Amino acid sequence: MTQPASIQPKKSFLERLPSLSILGPVVALVFMTAFFGFSTTTFFTSRNLSQILQQVMIVGVIGIGQTLVILTAGIDLSCGVVMAFGSIVMTKFAVEYGVPPILAIFAGIAATTLFGFINGILITRVKLPPFIVTLGMLNIATALTLIYSKSQTISGVPDALLFFGNTLKFGETQITYGVILMLALFTLTWFILSETAPGRHLYAVGNQPEAARLTGIPTDRVILVVYTVAGLIYGIAAWLLVSRYTVGNPNAGQTENLESITAVVLGGTSLFGGRGMIFGTLLGAIIIGVLASGFIQMGIPSTYQLLITGALVILAVATDQFTKRKS
Amino acid sequence: MNPLIEMKNISLRFGGNQALSDVSINLYPGEVVGLLGHNGAGKSTLIKVLSGAYKSDSGQIFVEGSEVKINNPQDSQRHGIETIYQSLALADNLDAVANVFLGREKINGVVLDEDTMEIEARKVLDRLRVKIPSLRVPVSNMSGGQRQTVAIARAVYFKAKVLIMDEPTAALGPEETQKVGELIKALKAEGVGIFLISHDLHDVADLSDRLTVMKNGRVVGTVNTKDVSEDEVLGMIIAGTTPKHLANK
Repeated sequence: MTQPASIQPKKSFLERLPSLSILGPVVALVFMTAFFGFSTTTFFTSRNLSQILQQVMIVGVIGIGQTLVILTAGIDLSCGVVMAFGSIVMTKFAVEYGVPPILAIFAGIAATTLFGFINGILITRVKLPPFIVTLGMLNIATALTLIYSKSQTISGVPDALLFFGNTLKFGETQITYGVILMLALFTLTWFILSETAPGRHLYAVGNQPEAARLTGIPTDRVILVVYTVAGLIYGIAAWLLVSRYTVGNPNAGQTENLESITAVVLGGTSLFGGRGMIFGTLLGAIIIGVLASGFIQMGIPSTYQLLITGALVILAVATDQFTKRKS
Repeated sequence: MNPLIEMKNISLRFGGNQALSDVSINLYPGEVVGLLGHNGAGKSTLIKVLSGAYKSDSGQIFVEGSEVKINNPQDSQRHGIETIYQSLALADNLDAVANVFLGREKINGVVLDEDTMEIEARKVLDRLRVKIPSLRVPVSNMSGGQRQTVAIARAVYFKAKVLIMDEPTAALGPEETQKVGELIKALKAEGVGIFLISHDLHDVADLSDRLTVMKNGRVVGTVNTKDVSEDEVLGMIIAGTTPKHLANK
């Protein structure tokens, strides 16, 4: 660091500018949108844009939980299939056991929250690495989902479980309640992370757990709460999943495990923990959605979308490494 | 008068390494006790037992005469003990204000009261006379001296009864070091008890009322600073033996 000890007031404006980590995804998104907007006639239709938001909804909500986990320098490989398990619990309870829908929803959310809690216990008490714990949980949740559902799709789901599929109309534009819920959850999480003490503790723990512990922050409790809350968020995502596809699908959630990590990384959150902004994850999720939609409309095979997404992830992490080394 | 802090027969083993064996030490109100010894003598380990960073295998800790259990840093803070760690224990990604109040933030309802925290942080930093132009940049962008000052400010702000300072001036220039010296004298006058740790005798000799010398995880001896010459203390640090006429409890 060659910065002089006294910083001129002039510089403080530059310091306040959003860092490269958030500018990157914004610029990428603007370019992509412009590109697809000019290349196709259908991209900038309100129908298409609300379609993109709907597609982003599930990854976006899971991405909130994933962001919290990654901010603690952890990772959750099991998020998508835990969501799938929750959706099976919800639909099975409601359809096969005749449990009142609202209780069935609670049961599903309770199940995913329990998964998160177990992850947290294994990481904080048994001191296992998050990667291994959630890799194991990925297999366990996948198996439990298939066993419990007997690999059968559950249909005939009551209306309450489909609530978030309902739409609000703004002129030509339709927005589902699910998208509104997603935006509300992002805003709530932003508030907690940047305006409250628990949010600040999360950043401190993610940056350097030992320093945080020495200042009196109960580091293990913070991490346990994060994984548990992440589980709860996957439960909410399960409700959205059922609302969107109107069935309990035991094969859901497979791509979301890694896609949520992609969204977080594209959004500029550091895999080393302690740095990142929650709205970056929303941007990351939208980038994935825009790529998918734009490629479909240009008639490009989805394989190329994977290719581009992969390259973007590596670019995002490389940028993060570079920023970290510089500071 | 009861000592502010009394640590009795503290032992701690890390694997095959006996880091502390049967260490006893005490501290009275308004007193500065300098803790001396080579690197690896056990000074930092001992104070980390008091600050709650480590748990001892055996031994007792008394605060103002009553036995306490210190299982984690929160316990230590609850008993009025504040610590400036050699590692500083700062969250590099957060700014100076956030670091001063980390774990004990001022809140307004549920929202962080940033304005109050900034004003209070500025006050306590001004007392240390270190120029920190912006309290709102991550401390990773600050110089070593500025970072050390933030760590000191955090410990001083919460009005501790006992202050542990582990190499508090290692990154400071002569002027700032002198300010820390003045701060120690002022806190002492307020009745705060201070453990001052250093591997350098000169850092602590002027400020300490008593000196405790450690070697290989044991206390060599505790002496009144005014009774000893520099050479005698150096002898204790190097040879690990106390001249009999100087030993005091």
